[in-house]
Amino acid sequence: MHLVHGVATTSESLGSPTFPKSMAQIFHPSLNTVSRATIFGAVFILGAAAFGWDSLLRSPYVTQVGVARDQPVPFSHKHHVGGLGMDCRYCHSYVEESSSAGMPSTKVCMTCHSMVWNDSEMLAPVRESYAEDRSIEWTRVHDLPDFAYFDHSIHISKGVSCTSCHGAVNEMPLMWREASLQMDWCLSCHRDPQKYIGPRDRVFDPDFHPFDLDLETRQALAEENRVESLINCSVCHR
Amino acid sequence: MNRFPLILVLLVMAACRQDMHDQAKLEAYESSEFFADGRAVRPQVEGTVARGQLRLDDHLYRGLQDGAPAVDYPMTVDRAFLERGQSRYQIFCAICHDATGFGQGMAVQRGVKAPTSLHIDRLRESPPGYFFDVITNGYGSMYDYSDRIPVEDRWAITAYVKALQLSRHASIDDVPASERGSLEESLR
Repeated sequence: MHLVHGVATTSESLGSPTFPKSMAQIFHPSLNTVSRATIFGAVFILGAAAFGWDSLLRSPYVTQVGVARDQPVPFSHKHHVGGLGMDCRYCHSYVEESSSAGMPSTKVCMTCHSMVWNDSEMLAPVRESYAEDRSIEWTRVHDLPDFAYFDHSIHISKGVSCTSCHGAVNEMPLMWREASLQMDWCLSCHRDPQKYIGPRDRVFDPDFHPFDLDLETRQALAEENRVESLINCSVCHR
Repeated sequence: MNRFPLILVLLVMAACRQDMHDQAKLEAYESSEFFADGRAVRPQVEGTVARGQLRLDDHLYRGLQDGAPAVDYPMTVDRAFLERGQSRYQIFCAICHDATGFGQGMAVQRGVKAPTSLHIDRLRESPPGYFFDVITNGYGSMYDYSDRIPVEDRWAITAYVKALQLSRHASIDDVPASERGSLEESLR
């Protein structure tokens, strides 16, 4: 890069290079310093930009972690799980057998809500859905990319608690995402699953998190449940 | 002129498209503009039977023996079966019937109509097939659970309900002589 040092205003005072008289200086002298700083600083500026971009991709703005999502009916896990003590499987009935945990039909809601809160305006969409056999369009909170394969049942049977991925749903009035669901998050457990395993009979306990146990207990459970590190690409991308 | 940086930038930007994240295939519970009801999940075509879903066995699938509520279980009842029944009872039933079967579960405390106690004489005398039928088809204001609880689990719950009933009407004579000592010990 070449810069013209702009003190000379006439061709007489400088031997060479020569400029026509009419040519005024274009840049202020201070730009010399700025330019040097910029060439040197580019490394840091690019570094900062990369860091900023990475932070953005991991921020709740992109990952939606901790962002409560609006729903057509403001269903509260805090009330149903935390308050009433309902088991996850009352509504997510297929979580032990299938890849999808199962979303309850409005018939499941109406099992109780034909009797309680049965004239509530808030639940009108539920009653209409049940009466007219139309689905409620819930806002999906957990959605993996279509090129990632995931199966709930195998995680459950290996002793991965609901709370390990979904957080304390019994404290969530509206549902939000507890984990980013990004690949490095999946791998954090798949590389070293022994740390995240709990006893099978506490998988559905909303007050339990594997970290409540000491590491040796978790490792023993992992051995008992035959949990192995699975980091082959084709485990999830098949 | 070196075009490499430009190509790199274009490649990185190309990766920002979401087509691969949201592919044309339909996932469970996704909405679909193709089907009239807007659902990707398809109901079974009416009047058809899928492989493995032929349900001719009246005993297993309807809880009937010779047209009357079944007295026997269509499978072996052992400890594991009862424990399965216990876990399913606690998931699906205890919210109204409560853990002991008296019908004072949390939902009842919050306004759901109280179910009959499972320990009344009429229900103690009802055969297993009757309970299987109630779980399968509902009873009074209780909805049916046939879409949520598989057939075998309904029988397991039935067996557990029967065990619950026995537990409330047991005397020390029902306990094997060899176990009585430890039971009396634990009550002390």
